[in-house]
Amino acid sequence: MKRLMLGNEAVARGLYEAGCRVVSSYPGTPSTEITEYAAKYADIYCEWAPNEKVAMEVSFGASLAGKRSFCAMKHVGLNVAADPLFTLSYTGINAGMVIGVADDPGMHSSQNEQDSRHYAIGAKVPMLEPSDSKEALEFTKIAFDLSEEYDTPVLLRMCTRISHSQSIVTLSEKTNSETKPFYKNIRKYVMVPGNARLRRPIVEERTARLIEYAETSPLNRMEMGNAFLGIIAAGTAYQYAKEVFGKEASYLKLGMVNPLPEKLIREFAEKVDRLIVIEELDPIIETHCRLLGLSVEGKTLFPMIGEFSQNLISEKLGRETKAGKTLEDEIPVRPPVMCAGCPHRGIFYILSKLKLNVLGDIGCYALGAAVPLNAMHTCICMGSSISSLHGFNIALGRESEKNTVAVIGDSTFLHTGVNSLINIGYNGSNSTVIILDNSITGMTGHQQNPATGYNIKGDPAGKVDLEALCRACGINRVRVVDPYDLEECEAVVREELDADEPSVIIARRPCVLLKHVTHGPPVFVKKEACRSCKICMRLGCPAIHLENGKAAIDETLCAGCEVCISLCPFDAIQADKEGV
Amino acid sequence: MKTTNIMIVGVGGQGSLLASNLLGTLLVEQGLDVKVSEVHGMSQRGGSVVTYVRFGEKVYSPVIDKGEADYIVSFEMLEAARWLPYLKSRGRVILSTQRIDPMPVITGAAAYPDALIEKIKATGALVDAVDALKLAQRAGSVRAANIVLMGRLSTYFNMPLEAWENALKECIPPRYLDLNKEAFKLGRNAHN
Ligand SMILES: Cc1ncc(C[n+]2csc(CCOP(=O)(O)OP(=O)(O)O)c2C)c(N)n1
Repeated sequence: MKRLMLGNEAVARGLYEAGCRVVSSYPGTPSTEITEYAAKYADIYCEWAPNEKVAMEVSFGASLAGKRSFCAMKHVGLNVAADPLFTLSYTGINAGMVIGVADDPGMHSSQNEQDSRHYAIGAKVPMLEPSDSKEALEFTKIAFDLSEEYDTPVLLRMCTRISHSQSIVTLSEKTNSETKPFYKNIRKYVMVPGNARLRRPIVEERTARLIEYAETSPLNRMEMGNAFLGIIAAGTAYQYAKEVFGKEASYLKLGMVNPLPEKLIREFAEKVDRLIVIEELDPIIETHCRLLGLSVEGKTLFPMIGEFSQNLISEKLGRETKAGKTLEDEIPVRPPVMCAGCPHRGIFYILSKLKLNVLGDIGCYALGAAVPLNAMHTCICMGSSISSLHGFNIALGRESEKNTVAVIGDSTFLHTGVNSLINIGYNGSNSTVIILDNSITGMTGHQQNPATGYNIKGDPAGKVDLEALCRACGINRVRVVDPYDLEECEAVVREELDADEPSVIIARRPCVLLKHVTHGPPVFVKKEACRSCKICMRLGCPAIHLENGKAAIDETLCAGCEVCISLCPFDAIQADKEGV
Repeated sequence: MKTTNIMIVGVGGQGSLLASNLLGTLLVEQGLDVKVSEVHGMSQRGGSVVTYVRFGEKVYSPVIDKGEADYIVSFEMLEAARWLPYLKSRGRVILSTQRIDPMPVITGAAAYPDALIEKIKATGALVDAVDALKLAQRAGSVRAANIVLMGRLSTYFNMPLEAWENALKECIPPRYLDLNKEAFKLGRNAHN
């Protein structure tokens, strides 16, 4: 049966068809939907783990117990899970274990543009890279077979354009993967130095066998057309190249990007007049070709930065590129904004008003750094806000303790922020941490997390008591505020900055986009009362704008949070239409 | 058969994913090769969003590049202007006359350009402008503006109405189906 499927949905289908039984992941664009789709198959147990390291280790445990398992993450998630990865390469697995990792060239929704192929090389594990949904499904299944045959976890590399593009897939029946018995095998699974030294050569032997496989595997194929130009490419770059050259070039299409074949590449190089590698991000295939002594072009032609496209490839290879018409007018940018009624807004308004230093983190609340709030001053990686605040305060002492805070979302706090809070409790900097608890993982599209009380299927689940957790970390001052109540927020932030010991402020109110959250009726502006002071404009609410210098509310956008009402010094904004 | 390129552009939250799903479903049913590329994540928070739909005998790239789009379907006027460089010469822009001010316009840091439709026409683009919000409201919900525009788009394709209706049935939950069928019809029959 043929169907149009998102790349991520196709991976989930591949999991189903391969008889995968356990999936543990942490969300992250563009990988998130793999696990969401997998959760729709009754045969697959799926969960959101608190972070990627946990997810990968859960997945390993399931493999050890004899069930095929999977975990998914975005590229930066693999940094978090790198620790188990490098040693699982030594131990190998029991039942097949596949790790989905999604890169984001062009940084559509990421803080960096790292190339996760480096991890495959570093950890010495095989990595497959599909170039459309059909391959995403097939490669997922092949990855499980390879995992079992070569006794190694296998990486499946996705990227934004494969994960989030739909193309046609062919569905097949589910193959039944039997539960493999678990045998205690201390030499294989207990990586103390004595045993790890024994496993170490096995990894190299395995790589050698995998290279042999790569030479003849159907994953890597030559498509001979005009031999004047020979293109080596994988994933989405292959599609762009085909789009531009069709049969006017020859291709070595790589489906396995680690380890890379040697004979096959040499053979291809010999057949073509000019050899080029087209790859997004780092020159990994290119470097491999150079090590083989081949004369090859790559990054001398194509950028290291950003996504490619058919026009870019045409341009760099001297082909005619297309162009459209542009208007003379300046087109204003349309950046993403905090939603009307977003509970994060109130806190950021207060932080901005108090002119504090704000060490930030990753989530929807990173929009607090945007105009007009400008109230977040760092964003590095998940959990870093709290640990950096500790370092900042250690470095400056009283000077910064009184005017510096950390902000972090609920999901991010439980991901890695909690370790950093333990450090504050333990090493005792007088730091003020604000947890923005909107009771959901917002940024990645509303996934449950351990603080929401629900699991991936939306069923009731264990719920972390954030207040108790913070206290257990050694923080005595734990306050809870409603971020819609500006007065309360301001008073509590001031008090906690003044206090002589570390504190946590939990700003709690569910995301306004959650289905169960009821919106208040839209608010109204009493035009004659508005004195054009524009204080309400400092909220950066998309529902508030100016009409002839006076505040006006877009009724279709307003969520009725009434934060602007409390802010207006002239009572010009009112909750009901009556007085207007 | 050469590849046809459709871009669906608008503001995050306007329903471009439903529109592209509808097109995808329709085109696969016609036995064509199809690729649909979407944007998830950050840009959905009221940012500018673009979806690419490509179909033909064999489609390679999942994205549409500058100067390649046969059609740009825009849910908002400024977005049509933003993505105009992606239109082919003599390509067609189907746009909703809705205006949504982006944050820099709201804060007064930038101006919303005036007379956009005329200016887009002046580049040689064919423009089909409809008040999709009004028609959607008439059908029963402003949220169906995306389907009104799909109705408009359908007039440029040589495909039976029945095929479109089947695709609607597949993509839309039963209780909203009638409303959306009506929105589709109003768009399809709208006068230019
Ligand atoms: C290591 C890592 N994993 C995943 C992500 C993707 N990601 C960005 S923010 C975020 C969670 C945000 O949730 P929360 O902290 O609750 O804040 P909210 O968006 O709800 O405001 C995730 C999963 C990432 N950036 N880094």
